[in-house]
Amino acid sequence: MKPKLSKKKLLEMYEKMVLIRKYEESIYYLFLEGIMPGSIHQSTGQEACAVGMLIDLKKEDYMASTHRPAGHCLAKGVTLKSMMCEMFGKEAGCCRGKGGAMHTGDISVGALPANAIVGGNLPIAAGVALSCKMRKTNHVIVCFLGDGATNEGAFHEALNAAAVWNLPVIYVCENNLYSATTSIGLTTKIEDVAAGRAAAYGIEGEVVDGNDVLAVYDAATRAIKKARAGKGPTILELKTYRHVGHSRNDACGYRGPNEQEAWFARDPITLFRNYLIENGISDQKNLNEIEERIQQEVEDSVEYAQNAAEPPLEYALRDNYWEGAQI
Amino acid sequence: MAVMGIADALRIGIIEEMRADESVFCLGEDIDIENGMGGAFTVTRGLTKEFGPERVINTPISEILIAGAAVGAAMTGMRPIADLQYGDFLFCMMDQLVNQAAKMCYMSGGTVKVPMVMRAPCGATNRGAQHAQSFEGFFTHVPGLKVICPSTPYDAKGMIRQAIQDDNPVIVFEHKLLYGGLRHEEGAIQTLGEVPEDGYVIPFGKAAVRQEGTDMTIVANLLMSYKAQEAAAMAEKDGIRCEVIDPRSLVPFDYETVEQSVKKTGRLMIIHEDVYTNGWGAQLSSHFAEKCIYDLDAPIVRIATPDTSIPFAPNLENHVIPSKERIYDEIIKLAKL
Repeated sequence: MKPKLSKKKLLEMYEKMVLIRKYEESIYYLFLEGIMPGSIHQSTGQEACAVGMLIDLKKEDYMASTHRPAGHCLAKGVTLKSMMCEMFGKEAGCCRGKGGAMHTGDISVGALPANAIVGGNLPIAAGVALSCKMRKTNHVIVCFLGDGATNEGAFHEALNAAAVWNLPVIYVCENNLYSATTSIGLTTKIEDVAAGRAAAYGIEGEVVDGNDVLAVYDAATRAIKKARAGKGPTILELKTYRHVGHSRNDACGYRGPNEQEAWFARDPITLFRNYLIENGISDQKNLNEIEERIQQEVEDSVEYAQNAAEPPLEYALRDNYWEGAQI
Repeated sequence: MAVMGIADALRIGIIEEMRADESVFCLGEDIDIENGMGGAFTVTRGLTKEFGPERVINTPISEILIAGAAVGAAMTGMRPIADLQYGDFLFCMMDQLVNQAAKMCYMSGGTVKVPMVMRAPCGATNRGAQHAQSFEGFFTHVPGLKVICPSTPYDAKGMIRQAIQDDNPVIVFEHKLLYGGLRHEEGAIQTLGEVPEDGYVIPFGKAAVRQEGTDMTIVANLLMSYKAQEAAAMAEKDGIRCEVIDPRSLVPFDYETVEQSVKKTGRLMIIHEDVYTNGWGAQLSSHFAEKCIYDLDAPIVRIATPDTSIPFAPNLENHVIPSKERIYDEIIKLAKL
């Protein structure tokens, strides 16, 4: 089912998806060229999940991400420049250069520092939802997880508590079929690893085409509305696929060419682009212009980040303990 | 000024903070069951009557969830007090304490705070190896956590209040033989003491000199601070005057007070129920060997539980946990060096 959305909203969604794609591609090349430090866990191919889930969240709503956080953070409103600076370990980064690729976030826009312990963000999200409920803010939290996280004990403990406490949390499993390089089918008997377990906790679960941004948006809208109305948590399982390896040095040799081609043919950005053109919402020229503009923004952010200041050395020993709100 | 034990003092400290600040709440296993125990050791007993189940939240037996929910709530404006039946269960939630609570402020570049309290009963009490450990040393090894160990009712109230007001994750080690609560414990020490009714707090990083002396400095926490005072009283009859210092908080640690004492006495003994190897006394011993070697007249002595799991058989447990007799013998030996 395609929700009825304004042209403005649809193009905003397209822009966000393109932003994530261009950002991730840029990071990929910078990394291959040896310009960018650290490791990378990219979300290329999963843009519809991030944008469909988060485009309608309020700034005061929360989002908890994983070791693959770039798409989620950009969709939640963390700025491109502060993301890129963080990737380069610069002081102007969203975590002042101290978090890095796997911990990007900005609490001022509701993006918790991303969590690089698989499943670690699930109980934290339950706590955030509990806090929203106790403070009666009417805010919700969207918590992302990968397929592999469904086999963590934290998944079980968090889902059970979210259910029994009727918390305003939406757990979103981006099932991209691989836990690092291991096919999820090798480690899990059921196919719908998240939604298929929902009933065990007394929660509603739903399987969604994670490469169809409008399908994700539709499911997100219902789950968020339900959470805001005090009707408890939902588990969404978005079937999707990453276009790149798990992390650096992963050429995806474990994935068959047929499988890859089938998924690449369902590129979420191509699908959405076709939809926009076929339905007369936009045209090739307009969409090309959007892409070129965003490409330029990303390139500008790279230049900005490369020239930005490194954190002063005294930052290394700061912030182990709270030092008060900083500007 | 009321006279009470540690369990009551902790409860009153929690009640006062919950009255003063709506963001303070309790969560844990078995804490709000009507006619239940109030946690394993009565500390949260009766809180539901005043604050309701919305602020005294009974959890599933899910330690990862307890710690994780506390972290998430603390990151977003609440001040949770999480409760464990036995401190040994901390190991079920280590990821949330070490990777999450302790690092969130740092990883976010100082933009996120985690004001949470994690209460953990510790100490050997004839319950076998998994309900017995004293492992404060583990947690002193994690930058980002604060570690406290109040051993008197006065300290318990002042320090739990400070812990709740602190903007960082604080782990509170409470010794099962010191609660002085309604629950009978074989071998418990009566800790009844005066507790003021005003809202005082005890800042962390300030040791308490339990007994002044000139011949040696003894640093001992929790149950061992009592055993040390008993042994010191025995040694006094031999003319040996020990200065007994209770650090009260291990992170931050009051090195200054101990250093001043060591400069006066020239001898240092460290006692903990934590095991010997890499217990918190190892850090202290190393620190004062580095800082005060020329002030010392004899080698530093450490008394600890030997490197073993805690046995059940009462005679074996008594054998491994440092006793006042063992401490007395070591005092006599150290005094002669």
